[in-house]
Amino acid sequence: MKKLSARRRHPLAALVVLLLALACTGGLYAVFAPADKAQADETAQSLTIEEGKKLYTVGCASCHGTGGQGTSDGPSLVGVGAAAVDFQVGTGRMPAATSQAAQIPDKPAVYNQAQIDQLAAYIASLGAGPAIPTEEQYGPEGADAAKGGELFRNNCAQCHNFTGKGGALTHGKYAPSLEGVTPKHIYEAMLTGPQNMPSFPDTTLSEQNKKDVIAYLNAVNGEETESPGGLSLGGLGPVSEGLFAWVFGLGALIAVAVWVAARTAKAKKS
Amino acid sequence: MSTTTTPESRARGKAPAGERVADWADGRLGIYSLAKANMRKIFPDHWSFMLGEICLYSFIIIILTGVYLTLFFHPSMNEVEYHGSYVPLQGQLMSEAYKSTLDISFDVRGGLLIRQIHHWAALIFVAGMFVHMMRVFFTGAFRKPREINWLFGFLLLVLGMFTGFTGYSLPDDLLSGTGIRFMEGAILSVPIVGTYLSFFLFGGEFPGDDFVARFFSIHVLLLPGIMLGLVVAHLILVFYHKHTQFPGPGKTNKNVVGMPLLPVYMAKAGGFFFLVFGVLAAVAAIATVNPIWSIGPYRPDMVSTGAQPDWYMGFSEGLIRVMPGWEINFWGHTLVLGVFIPLMIFPLVLAAIAVYPFIESWVTGDKREHHILDRPRNAPTRTAFGVAWMTLYFVLLVGGGNDIWATHFHLSINAITWFVRIAFFVAPVVAFIVTKRICLGLQRRDKEKVLHGRESGIIKRLPHGEFIEVHEPLSQEQLYTLTAHEQPKPLELGPEVDENGVRRKVKASEKLRAKLSKGFYGEESQIPKPTVEEYKEITSGHGHH
Repeated sequence: MKKLSARRRHPLAALVVLLLALACTGGLYAVFAPADKAQADETAQSLTIEEGKKLYTVGCASCHGTGGQGTSDGPSLVGVGAAAVDFQVGTGRMPAATSQAAQIPDKPAVYNQAQIDQLAAYIASLGAGPAIPTEEQYGPEGADAAKGGELFRNNCAQCHNFTGKGGALTHGKYAPSLEGVTPKHIYEAMLTGPQNMPSFPDTTLSEQNKKDVIAYLNAVNGEETESPGGLSLGGLGPVSEGLFAWVFGLGALIAVAVWVAARTAKAKKS
Repeated sequence: MSTTTTPESRARGKAPAGERVADWADGRLGIYSLAKANMRKIFPDHWSFMLGEICLYSFIIIILTGVYLTLFFHPSMNEVEYHGSYVPLQGQLMSEAYKSTLDISFDVRGGLLIRQIHHWAALIFVAGMFVHMMRVFFTGAFRKPREINWLFGFLLLVLGMFTGFTGYSLPDDLLSGTGIRFMEGAILSVPIVGTYLSFFLFGGEFPGDDFVARFFSIHVLLLPGIMLGLVVAHLILVFYHKHTQFPGPGKTNKNVVGMPLLPVYMAKAGGFFFLVFGVLAAVAAIATVNPIWSIGPYRPDMVSTGAQPDWYMGFSEGLIRVMPGWEINFWGHTLVLGVFIPLMIFPLVLAAIAVYPFIESWVTGDKREHHILDRPRNAPTRTAFGVAWMTLYFVLLVGGGNDIWATHFHLSINAITWFVRIAFFVAPVVAFIVTKRICLGLQRRDKEKVLHGRESGIIKRLPHGEFIEVHEPLSQEQLYTLTAHEQPKPLELGPEVDENGVRRKVKASEKLRAKLSKGFYGEESQIPKPTVEEYKEITSGHGHH
């Protein structure tokens, strides 16, 4: 320690301390900064952005503007984040056929996942926004489906129905059915609030809450969901049940009545 | 008749056990004379006469399954934490009523099947009553002497609706809770007394802790008790009046053509009960009804889209969904017309069909008994009214399910709502006019058939080259069936001056009655049926026409 105390008044000491402090801050930043910026290889990252930009210019710029600034046909994409791109393009909603419809429907995706990632990287480079969630965030580990059910009924069922079968909104708009939507896309939808949906950022619905909601949907509206009572009739409630009761219930009974009435002991004609 | 056991027969040894039991019962209940009077009661055969039976049997099945459900259901709103078999609700807080319904569904042996039979049977019971009522309506079976039985049947329909409503509200799930909230809103919209009524019903602020227990008593005791009494009265009157029959050869206003109660009809009816039970059980085994586990427990701060009542309450949902949200504010009080007007129209829709028989008998002035049914085409005004009413009912059902129509037919919910608003007034009128035209067209067709025979489809070429279609004359039975109905003349106002030449005062109601009567039986409402002279003139001599 003698050496250090002897040289601490050296003319260059301040400079060394400054450099150390900078290195320390930089190092810490590199460790703790958001993953999408810091960890990726600089050159690969810029290449991806470059590719994304090319795709964007061909497929998206006509509506969203050449720099993502938006036009009268499409909103600005500055700051929407990679999650929004992954959701919109991944569910096939983008590219949209027209901006005039009441709502843009989901359809088979036009781009593959690698291209979607490139597009997402480009849009993310325009301004900070929510990143694509990781499996750890939306996966089933540590999720409470019952809690998720409560959250779903409180926040989502008004539009999406009790178990996410979808529902109507005003003027031809609708909350789509959540059947067959991947957990990642559900997470991204909650995060970014596409189209008529409000967004549920982590301050409103924490990461754990989102995970619970996804676990609930998986339990009641997933591939392995069982319907203990038989056919679920679309899970739409009394309207489809009433239709079934009339057509198949009463219909069958009337058919039986016709059958019974037709079989009778008729007096023989003389 | 207890004297049938004569000394002679006793001498030959004891009578068979069955006969002795019957004798014993007859001495105390008089069953022999009862049986003698009723065993040969005749019932005509037609499938549409079995619609009432469908209702009766579903009602019995509802009672049987309902008793089983009461053994396991706890009508209590105490809050408990769920730790049963259904994983996605583990640890959730819910009322005991909801929890016990979950337990019935998942942990009671046969519970879910019985619950589903109960609910499906209820839906089909009310649908059956609806169709049964329409059969009675369109065939004119409500005419004298059956007006009171028509009212009993109507009351059964209304009580059935409310028993259903109180029943599906019992599990205290999110869907039925929303329905109760809807009802509370309707009660609150009543001026002046609404708030008091609501507090009285719920024992304070909504939802309170009382309504499940109260609805339970109403659902299992009060309403079914009244219904059971009405069903018995309904059946006694059917026995007393004897059954109506369709017109046909050998069938008159003074006889009933069909099969005797014993043994034929009893066997048929008994068998039919099991067929109805079988169909209901099969439906319940195939399809889910009201899956309360996916709906979740009721909490007043939650609501889901697609919240509709069971179908028989759907038209009230339609009334409220399409009604503009009008309200009037004065002196700090709000009159919620957007809810109150639908609440007032709700009973009017039902009453419209209930009072029709009395209006018809007043308009037509017909005081005679009728046991022969009308073919709907031969009563065009009545048939048109019935179809107009059903159209209104269906339009309101569309309004009640407007969101499901919107999502499944890719329509705008606003467009559907506006369609229903306009169709509420226009569609019944259009349906009335169209139905009347169709009935008259069918009457013309009947006339044509009677006079010219049935089109055989055989084309014949005559020697001089002309092609004609051969018409086959109808059989005597068919001719009778097509011409048996009577065609009343419209009521006349009568002379405007009495025998002394003094002007008589004609009351407004008389004028209205004469006008309506003309609407029922005037030239534009019935095609004169072929007369014997017409028939003879056409069929005599020249073979074809």
